[in-house]
Amino acid sequence: MTATVRLGEVGAEAKARSGARLHAAPAHRRRVAIVTGALAVGLAALAIVSAGTGQLAIPASEVAGSIAAHINSALAGIGLDAIKVPVLAVPQHPNADATLWIVRFPRIAMAMVVGAALAVAGVVMQGVFRNPLAEPGIVGVSSGAAVGASAVIVFGAAGLNPLVAPAFAFLGGLAATFLVYFAARAEGRTEVVTLVLTGIAVNAVAGAGIAFLTFAGTTQQREQIVFWQLGSLNGSRWQDVAIVLPVAIVGIIGSVLMAGRLDLLSLGERQARHLGVDVERTRIVGIVLVAVLTAAAVALCGIIAFVGLVIPHLMRMVLGPGHHALIPTSALGGSLLLLAADLGARTAVPYAELPIGMLTAIVGGPFFFWLLRRTRLKSGGWG
Amino acid sequence: MNALRIDTRGVHLSIGTHAVLYNVDVQLYAGEVVALVGPNGAGKSTLLHLLAGDRAPSSGTVELDGRPLSSYRPRELARLRAVLTQSNEVSFPFSVGAVVAMGRAPWAGASTAEEDDNQIDNAMRDAELEGFGGRNVPELSGGERARVAYARVRAQACDILMLDEPTASLDIRHQERLMQQLRAHAANGGSAIVVLHDLNLAASYADRIVLLESGRVRSDGPPSVLTPELLSAVYNYPISIHTLAGTEHRVVHPERPRILPAANSTTPEEHATRV
Repeated sequence: MTATVRLGEVGAEAKARSGARLHAAPAHRRRVAIVTGALAVGLAALAIVSAGTGQLAIPASEVAGSIAAHINSALAGIGLDAIKVPVLAVPQHPNADATLWIVRFPRIAMAMVVGAALAVAGVVMQGVFRNPLAEPGIVGVSSGAAVGASAVIVFGAAGLNPLVAPAFAFLGGLAATFLVYFAARAEGRTEVVTLVLTGIAVNAVAGAGIAFLTFAGTTQQREQIVFWQLGSLNGSRWQDVAIVLPVAIVGIIGSVLMAGRLDLLSLGERQARHLGVDVERTRIVGIVLVAVLTAAAVALCGIIAFVGLVIPHLMRMVLGPGHHALIPTSALGGSLLLLAADLGARTAVPYAELPIGMLTAIVGGPFFFWLLRRTRLKSGGWG
Repeated sequence: MNALRIDTRGVHLSIGTHAVLYNVDVQLYAGEVVALVGPNGAGKSTLLHLLAGDRAPSSGTVELDGRPLSSYRPRELARLRAVLTQSNEVSFPFSVGAVVAMGRAPWAGASTAEEDDNQIDNAMRDAELEGFGGRNVPELSGGERARVAYARVRAQACDILMLDEPTASLDIRHQERLMQQLRAHAANGGSAIVVLHDLNLAASYADRIVLLESGRVRSDGPPSVLTPELLSAVYNYPISIHTLAGTEHRVVHPERPRILPAANSTTPEEHATRV
């Protein structure tokens, strides 16, 4: 009986303190809003800077002016002449407008879409695998998608329909994801060692597939495969964006919709099931989403690794692991990172184009190593 | 008689060629606390898995409120029973508050924000986690993490609780508090089935004790059915039962050789050879 009395006192004291927990939620929401806003502003600013940078330099005011002029003519085109966006400055160079709209803007759009897709693919993969080191490039999903896309290049099916390459990339990526998932999982989770080793195996097999296709292809096809494997946004056109954007949007929306289930999954698969999650379905949907998002990125731009590792990790450090905030901010962060990387890739060496996949790997490789060591230190082993 | 909530009939379970459960009949009624006890490998956790719907029996039936367990959708089940598993590793650094709030997930769309907050607050208080809300789960000690998992299960606010060794890593205060809370839960019409290793806790707090041995129910009844002879046989170790002077508390006591070192005692090696 004495225990009951004591419990009552503790309860009263608790009531006063538990308010702190409830008020933590708005603070977190404010933080998410600030980070989202900062990323969006940064993205817009970097897009304008990137559009103005290159062999033909265009001042930011002229870039903004060109966008405003195009918006105005688009508005006029749908009969909304009355609405006018103020045009600050008009591009002075005769080729400036064409450079912006035919070369740079599609490329910028592509960088943003691909970056977002890769970052979200990373988040979903880490959630479904319950392992913060899962990433499409590392575990071989990108390579799997690359085999599919290379096959399309070699067998010349790319000319049939612009959707053939993404479709094959999707199938290759899907097969690789399922393979890794079922090979690396033991008792409802994937251990780091098993995951990385499975990734080596899948990458090796996919590498063999790509090697065979390189061998089977003509000289021109070989060159195409090699450059495409390095990853590049060079030569992106609006048609390409039109293929990748809808796929990425579907993938990102699908990921946002499963955010709550990904949170629950981090408690464990059994535990998530006890909380009403249909775990089998969630797993399949998650794997398909990873494959869709990776294929969207890989099909036209080649293998760009580590975006899905670096960005979700940074966002988790700033905002915590809740997926409702993690997925949209990672999408923005991925866009920002890839846009910056692409700007570096095309301006670092004058009159030359560095492969963007190389740039992300230079940063991502050491980052992965650092994460791996940290995980190892923390869990006292390779858990 | 209280309502029958869970009913298993003639349950067999084989994993590979090994029979883990053999012809098990276990019932759980509203308003009772049932303890599942038995030696390591007797099938206690496995039985709990079956009752939770994590796996299906090889033969026999498991029913919840008169319906086969397999006919329930996960969400439906999650509103009827909450399960505390033995290990509760969280794979990302979620805060204590976030993990406990996940216990409310099955009620999305069916409960108000206020109701959710109340249940979360009550659960945090039950597990004495006030002030822990903002801490990250991986930073906590093993016992504290166990309390977080327990709070998450309490926040789920289900009639039926299934707990697998909930007291294993708790200190005495939290063990006793937890068991008292289960009694209170049962007094309010809820039911709980708990895997316990501590026979004293089982004897003190359970209405009924199911003793498993090698996958079979060896005995099923009020704590008084446990006799020194039965326990000694099942655990293959001499066990005596005493009644605490002046109370009705029965204390289960394993016979212990005198191992406390006397002055100028033998070395551990010598001792080991003697035992």
